[in-house]
Amino acid sequence: MADLRLTAYRQLLGAQVRSQSQYRASFVTDVVGSLMFGVIDVVGVVVVFRMTPTLGGFGFAEVFLMTALAGCAFALADLAVGNVERLRQYVRSGLLDALLVRPLSALAQLAVMDVATRRVGRVAFGAVMVVVAAAYASVTLTPTRLALLVVTPIAGAMIFGAVFVATATVAFWWVESGEIGNGLTYGGLNFTQYPITIYGTLFRRLFAYAIGFAFVAYYPTLALLDRVDPLGAPGLLGYASPAVAIAAVTAAGLMWRAGVRHYRSTGS
Amino acid sequence: MPGDERAPSARAYLALAAAGFRRYATYRQAMVAAVVTNSVFGFLRFAVMLAVLDAGGRTVAGYDEPQLATFVWAGQGLIGVVLLWAPPDLAERIRTGDVVMDLLRPIDPIWQLLAADLGRAGYAAVTRFVGPVIAGALVFELYAPRRPITYAMFVCSALLATVVCFGCRYLVNVAAYWLLDARGPNMFWTITSGILGGLYFPVWFFPDALAAPLIVLTPFPSVIQIPLDVLVERGAAGQQLASLGVQAGWVVAILALCRWVQTRGERKLVIQGG
Repeated sequence: MADLRLTAYRQLLGAQVRSQSQYRASFVTDVVGSLMFGVIDVVGVVVVFRMTPTLGGFGFAEVFLMTALAGCAFALADLAVGNVERLRQYVRSGLLDALLVRPLSALAQLAVMDVATRRVGRVAFGAVMVVVAAAYASVTLTPTRLALLVVTPIAGAMIFGAVFVATATVAFWWVESGEIGNGLTYGGLNFTQYPITIYGTLFRRLFAYAIGFAFVAYYPTLALLDRVDPLGAPGLLGYASPAVAIAAVTAAGLMWRAGVRHYRSTGS
Repeated sequence: MPGDERAPSARAYLALAAAGFRRYATYRQAMVAAVVTNSVFGFLRFAVMLAVLDAGGRTVAGYDEPQLATFVWAGQGLIGVVLLWAPPDLAERIRTGDVVMDLLRPIDPIWQLLAADLGRAGYAAVTRFVGPVIAGALVFELYAPRRPITYAMFVCSALLATVVCFGCRYLVNVAAYWLLDARGPNMFWTITSGILGGLYFPVWFFPDALAAPLIVLTPFPSVIQIPLDVLVERGAAGQQLASLGVQAGWVVAILALCRWVQTRGERKLVIQGG
């Protein structure tokens, strides 16, 4: 039974990837465009550092590593579940009903049906940037650090993915929520690119600790570079990202379930 | 109507603008959601600016702290007035063929849409612009213009910015006459308008040798950067006036380009009848 389900997902996914790559020129344009979104994040940091040697007590190499880790994590999440933000259109149009009557998970169906293959451009760029930034910041590679460097973008992607799903579920209660989720998803990317030391106390508590964005790039970067947190957090937090990611995904999953249970079709 | 040579009256344009105003005034919840989102980004963007100020001197690229605060918060409001990112509705109408309905009307399609867009901008000015500015003013010290004339100039500048932005979006959309799909040009616009237009950071963060030509020779800074520079009184009144001149130049150039591309596009238009 589980096998059958996997086959169904694989076929749905394959159909999506095939259909999206049919129009070659459009596909190439989309891949290049998605890559450019990754590029401007890096350009933004470079330009800001033209104006100042340090930002929140960190130099360019350190912030560049945070930006690279955050960008790679976001790109991965955006590729996998970024399109779940369309949920509010599906709730409005009633398309969600079609997913709910099938014997598969509605969330997983949404993910494979809306997979944005074109976003591989940004993922590839993000991965390259992580390597470049780690080399530029001269991370001394030990097996532990190497593992941390590989795991961090994945854990970060899980955190971003959880935020994508959690903000999309708002649509179950508030259909006209518009782009309000962007403040946490794309805003989360903005937030995680820079050290959390630059934000005001209230904002930091909410974004860095309550949502867990500090674990996308900030704490892992401290651990990778052997730096002490100016805010006084223990160094071990650099290795806590996977645990935080699992907690975030669990919370998002619970919100999703509550949302689906609350969902009453638009009817007619 | 065929044979009807009368130019469309001012009343027709006013009605279109009023319709644009009412259309957006209907979606109040979406407006609130947009204001909240823009304000969140205001906090994020201004935190970076504050960190730059903290690390260095009293000014950055010629802006002091209250000026930067106004730049960021008024900028977050301006996004909604000029409508920097809009869904590619026109491109969709071209793809489906619905655009023939627009072409059959006795008003030029560019003027139809511009009138409606100005109505929309009017509604945004009293809602989406005011919201983030109030949010910013509650938490930070904003720069209030010293010269009263600046307020009038800012209103003019924001109006010109709206028309330039409309023209750029129009050009992006009518690419669909050739491509049947405006995704590529739309992505190009989203990226360049944000980074070269002064939204992510003031254009003056670039080297001066790059910033000055960028402002005059490309339309992007006319949408966000110039209105904000006018508002925070960067330079004397003469320079503000010159900035308005640059914007006016771009209004003429972009609308002329829209007209030319529209004519070529109509010749290219194929309606897939059935």
